[in-house]
Order: sequence, then C-alpha cells, then structure tokens
Amino acid sequence: MKKKVLTVDDSRTMRDMVSFTLKGAGYDVVEAADGQQALGVIGANKVDLVITDLNMPVMDGLTLIRRLRATPAHRTLPILMLTTEADEKKKSEGRAVGATGWIVKPFNPEKLISVVQKVCG
Amino acid sequence: MEDLSRFKQTYFDESAELLEVAEAGLLRLTPGEVDSDEVNAIFRAVHSIKGGGGAFGFTELVAFAHEFETVMDGVRNNTVPVTTELVDTLIRANDLLGQMLAYAREGDPAPAGTTDGTVAALRRHLSGGAPQAQAPAPVPSAPAPAPVYADDEDDEAGLFGDAMAAIAAARAEEDPVPPGKLRWTIVFRPRSDLLMSGNEPAFMLRALRRLGDATVECHTDALPTLQNLEAELLHLSWTVTLIADADVDLDKINDVFEFVADDCDIRITAEAPPPVSSGTSPVTDPVPVAAAAPPAVAVATPEAPPKTPGADAPKAEAARPRPNGGGAEHAGLTSHTIRVDLDKIDRLVNMVGEMVITQAMIAEHVRELPPGEFQELLEGLEQLAQHTRELRESVMSIRAQPVSSVFSRMPRLVRECAATTGKEVQLVTSGETTEVDKTVVENLVDPLTHMIRNSIDHGLEGPEERERVGKPRAGTVHLSAQHRSGRIVIEITDNGRGINRPKVLSKAIEKGLVQPGATLSDEEIDNLIFLPGFSTADQVSNLSGRGVGMDVVRRNITSLGGRIGVYSTPGEGSRFVLSLPLTLAVLDGMVISVGEERFVLPLTNIVESLRPKAADLHGLVGKCDVMMARGEYVRLVYLHQLFGIPGAVADPTRALVVLVETEDGARLGLVVDEVLGQQQVVIKSLEANFRRLDGVAAATILGDGRVALILDVAGLREMSRHMDSRAPRPPSSPVAALPAPALEPV
Repeated sequence: MKKKVLTVDDSRTMRDMVSFTLKGAGYDVVEAADGQQALGVIGANKVDLVITDLNMPVMDGLTLIRRLRATPAHRTLPILMLTTEADEKKKSEGRAVGATGWIVKPFNPEKLISVVQKVCG
Repeated sequence: MEDLSRFKQTYFDESAELLEVAEAGLLRLTPGEVDSDEVNAIFRAVHSIKGGGGAFGFTELVAFAHEFETVMDGVRNNTVPVTTELVDTLIRANDLLGQMLAYAREGDPAPAGTTDGTVAALRRHLSGGAPQAQAPAPVPSAPAPAPVYADDEDDEAGLFGDAMAAIAAARAEEDPVPPGKLRWTIVFRPRSDLLMSGNEPAFMLRALRRLGDATVECHTDALPTLQNLEAELLHLSWTVTLIADADVDLDKINDVFEFVADDCDIRITAEAPPPVSSGTSPVTDPVPVAAAAPPAVAVATPEAPPKTPGADAPKAEAARPRPNGGGAEHAGLTSHTIRVDLDKIDRLVNMVGEMVITQAMIAEHVRELPPGEFQELLEGLEQLAQHTRELRESVMSIRAQPVSSVFSRMPRLVRECAATTGKEVQLVTSGETTEVDKTVVENLVDPLTHMIRNSIDHGLEGPEERERVGKPRAGTVHLSAQHRSGRIVIEITDNGRGINRPKVLSKAIEKGLVQPGATLSDEEIDNLIFLPGFSTADQVSNLSGRGVGMDVVRRNITSLGGRIGVYSTPGEGSRFVLSLPLTLAVLDGMVISVGEERFVLPLTNIVESLRPKAADLHGLVGKCDVMMARGEYVRLVYLHQLFGIPGAVADPTRALVVLVETEDGARLGLVVDEVLGQQQVVIKSLEANFRRLDGVAAATILGDGRVALILDVAGLREMSRHMDSRAPRPPSSPVAALPAPALEPV
C-alpha cells in the first residue's frame, strides 16, 4: 500500500513541488497550507509522514510538531521539517519539540526522496 | 531539477501575489507601531520567494532576496528599528525583487550591479541596528551566499564530531589503498527515547543495506524483563558490518544517521579489505564481527528489521511508526482553487456564447409551430433557456475578479504622489470586493492610476492652502466601486478645490478647442478636460502632466465599453465617475425594429416602453422634441433619423417610445417601430471586426442569423445633441410649441 505523506507549506509552489516529486516516487501526497489545516488533514487521514515548513501563518511548524507529539497516536509519527537555511538553532528547536529530521530548502528531488525513504521506509 | 521546471509558472504567479502582500504590508509599516503579524507576513512573502527561487536555481534573485529577508528578520526580532527611511528602502527592495523575478522569468541575467545600491542600503540598516551576526561584506555586490544554497549534501547532514574524529585517522590510512571494497563497522547505540522523535532504526539499517552488503547484529543485552518492558522505549543496539564500494564514503554513512546524530552513540570505523576474503564475494562470506563488539545474541540478515526471538516482538510493534494496516483512505485536503489557463476559460466563454445563439435560434423556429401542440417540447426549451442563462452566468463569474487587485495598488501611488507634491493625502477605498471581468480589471490600472494622480496633483490643495480655507490639512481621495444597473461604477472623489472653470474655459479657447464667445454650461466646461491635448497645469508637472491627459483615460475607458463623467463643485472638490460593463461577452437585450432594421437595447438601460399621446409631445424650437413621461420631460431620439433608415414609423403617437436611462441617471425616449422581444445576445466587437460607430456599442447575431447592432444609449444621447447643433430639423407635425428655458433637456 502506498505511504501517505502530508506536505504542509504556505507556499503553493513548494507544496506542488513536494507533491509532484513524491507522487513520482510512488507516494500518496496530501496538502495543507498551515499547521491548523494540517491537524485537520491528519484528523481525517492516515498519514505516514509529515513534511512541514516552519514559518507559516495561523499555526507555525514548531507548534504543529508540538501539537502532534502531544497526541498519543502521533508520538512516533515521522515529521520532517523544512528549513531554508542549515540553521542550527532551528534544527535544535525542531529536535526539542520532537521533529524526526529536517530537509534544507531548496532540495533536489533525489534528496527529498532519499530523506523520505530514510524516515518512512 | 528539470522535472521541477514545470512549477515555474506557479512560482511566478505565486511570487507576484507575494510581492503584493509584501508591498501592502510595507505600506502599512509605520515607525513606532510595528505590528508583528504584518512584519511576519512580509518576512514570509520574501522568504517564500527566496525558497522557490532556490529550487529553480535563480541564484541572483535568491542572493538578493536573502539580503532583503535578513533585514526583515531583523525587523521581526526588533534588532532593526523601523524608520521611514527603512520603509522606503524596503519598498525599493520589494520593487527590485519584482524586477529580479522578471529577469528570472525571461531567463535573462540581471544587468551587473542591478542590486548593488539596494543591497548596500539594506546592509546599512542592518549595521545601524543592534549587534548583528552578519557583518556586511566589503564588496557590495557579493555573489550568492553560496554556503547556504550550495547544492551540497554536506550542509544537509548533521555530522557528529567524535565519529568524524574517530574516522579521520582510519581514512588517512585507507587513502593509499587501491580502489576496491571497503569494510565499515558501524556501532549504533540509540538513546532509548529515539522512537519519540518518529525515527525508526529499522529504516536506518535498511538504508545502510542500500549502500552495500550489510550484516546486522542486534544486541539485546540491555533488554529488560518482560514486566519492566516499556513498549515505547528502545532497548536495542546494533553493530553493522558493511562491505561497500569505494565511492561510499563516511558522508554517505553519516547521512543515514543524519537526524539522530545527537540522540545516539555511533562509532564508525573503516578497514581495508581483509587479505583473505578480498578475492571472494562478500555476500557469501560475511566478515566476522569485531571482537570488541558487545556479545552478539543474534545475527540477522538486513532484509527485515532485526529480529530477536520472543522479547523483540513488542519492540518491533512500537518501532513501527504506526500500524500499516488497511484503514479507509480519505481524499486529502487539497487547495480550494485551481489555476486554469485563461485561454481555456475564453474558449468556454465563446462556446457558451455560441450556445446562447443556438438556443435563440431554436426558440425562433419553435415560435412557428402550431400553438397548443408540442407542449413538452416547449417546456423543455424553456428549461434549456433557463439553464443556458445560468451556465452563462457561472462561466462569466469564473472570469470575474474583485477590483481589489487594482485598488490595492493605489496606496502606494498615493504615497508617492503625496511625497512628490508635498501634499498630505488620505486615501479611502470602499467596495474593493466588487467583481468585474478580468479584462476590465486589468485595463482599469492605467486609467485609475492617472486619475488618482490627477486628483492629487490638480484637485487637492497643499496643506497650507487647505488650512487657509478652513479645511483639514490632509486632503482625502475616495476611491469606490459598486454594481449599479448591471454595470460597475467606480468613483474617484476628492475634497480639493474643484475644477477651475474660468481657467479651463480660457485654456480651451486658447487651444482652439472652443470658439471664443461660446456659452457653455458648467457641466460642458468640466468635460472639456477630456478633450485631446488639454492640460491645465501651468507647468507640466512631474506627475500627471506627462503628455498623457484625461483624453487618454477617456479613450481607455471607452474602448472597454465604458464611460466617464466628471462632477465638480468649486471649493469642495471633484467626482469622477466611471461606468463599465461587467462582462464583455454576453448581454441581456431587448430586440427592437426600426424599418427593416433590428437593434438590440441593453436591458439594463430600459425603463419602460409606451405609446405617447399627442398631448404629451412638445417641440423645442430649433432643438429637439421632448415628451412628458411620468411628470418629467424626456428628450426624444428618432432612431430612423439618427441612422438614416427608410420606411420607419416617424410619428411617435403611432410608433413606440422606449424610455431608457443612462448610468448617470439621464433619460431619453427612443422612437422605434416595434419591440420584438427579450433575448440574450452574444457581443461581437465592432471595433475588432469593422470600426467604432457612434451610438453603437457592438454587434450581435440574432436567432434568425441576422446581424443586429447593439445600441449605446449614452452614445445616442451625444449623437442627438450633435444633430441638434448641426442641423435643426423642421419640427415634427404633432408637436406643440414650448418656451425653451422652461426645461432642462437631458
């Protein structure tokens, strides 16, 4: 069965690219434009991986990760965060709230696929 | 990366929106009252443009966006103080970002030094603020901040220092070894809460296996007894022996543990191939585990997550991120909008247009059927007509856009104009959500820009002058939009000095636009400003007087099927009124006949039709005929005279008078032979196929295949006025004389 990836980003371009790349690699992809929407999507879908941007309106990525980790069902859900810079501070903040890993934007498709494979098989 | 180029269009579209968001935010950015949500929104906009740009390799753009973003980040963190100068710089930066996007879109490199000045200005703000990590580079036009954007995996992998150190020596030792296989020993001892971050050791082991031939040993020595077992904690560790090609280096192995570097103890060592087994296949002859490793309880092939008998089962359950069972697959939440190529919509609009014609044609034929029969067919056709109308409206609404996309550009303009003229201006907008066809929206930009400039430049007084006449120092320009009788009406109202009529008149005489000694009404004088070549500014100013006058504005508006008028009160201000059609494709019309000709009157203009009594008709000597309709005198327009149609009914008491109203509320009575019926017609542009005709808005094809002209009521009114002044007609027979000054013909 196809694994389902949720891409959370306020940039449509970014969502489209993540979605296109992963669909090409055989994943199902669902989208959300901010953390709040993402919680809604996760509530209605069985998601195998979340890839979230950090800086978003309404609810940012760190809050989203924190909220997910506070839910028993999502304690071990793989969550990758997208950061634009190889920013150590952001990474450690992400780690502190329970992110699984990170992807630096801009990514190339192969890198994205390999990271996704790494965390959700 | 080629794969992703298909998203460029999305990127540029999105970036255009983001630029507007950023600009709107920047215009609201006021020193002393910084709204962090606003600042965040601007930051995000720039950030997203940068992020996407990086994906497509627009390095120049990304480099510049990065500078911009850095300053916005400073604003966000309160390390860069918000000053008027900063806002100006940021607005310039936003413009430049737009330019860089344009270059990127065209695939052109930006001219050398394009960003230098702005980058320098941005950096000045940075260094002027609180201590900043980024010291401004000495070279203003630094190349892209390469370390951040280099497409280099090293940046993306979290490396662990001790492992690096441990391996450095081993590596130096290997270098002399000729190309061949290397044997890596990887000891992987995760912290017990590793699973809590969503990481799965099984996947890492699997990833190692992809690098070469891996033998995995699972160490269960730390496994508690079943009673003490915490299912969500990890109690295992592994030793992996990996035999891989020489191109698999430390980075690739570290990459596997990228996300867990800080949550586990990892030791990686490399050795040259053991001399004995070097010739044989490593698959069939796995290298024995180093003696230093903890006691091996089980050896598992790496096909599956490591298994140990019995006790491992709960762990395997917990380690899996979530059960992988069936479960209903729900459609994901996706965006609520789709982007569609405009051509596709236009094809749809055209097709609906043709359908409307076909439907009218069928209706025409059906009329000839014997009444009483074919009841079901008639009902079906009635429904078809209804559905066609709804379909038409839906299709049109796809093309409709709120005028806010135009209105939102105006604050910027007002700001600039105010700065240039030294006037204080407050812009008020209303009705931004009013929707109108996309083409109309797009073509509104230039006229509105010009008119607002005009209002500020010519209409509003300077602050001192305003104070002298007892007005508030800041002048107000009000921009509004609303739907009125099937059209969109846009008004630009200022509370300035109003049109200086003596000056306008003398200028017009001087330019030979008006005969000296002619008497013109106030309204006529006001409208002189729309004549080609008219400009009242004594000196051509930087703003509105750039050789483009209100005549161009009027021409733009007219070409959209719109009209413009001005109403001014000296000392109180002026009001410009634009009225435009909502759509440029289909129209509800009334078909009328004059002689053998058919015309279509837009339904929105029609008030009523009536057959006047002789007593209601009056003639104005040397002018027009008027009719008394519901207590009001209305000018009569004989269409057959206007268009030179023979064989029409000339006597209004035997013909019909259709009472019509223009958008500005003026009424006139059109004398026609007959009203044939209501019909939706598809507008075919006359200008595109023939040329512009006075009094005619467009043409259409009727159900019987005949071409009919769609009348432009305001144009007819103009024409009939001209006819009056050029060639006074002999009064028509049944008309009683009436003293001229007693009424104000429309």
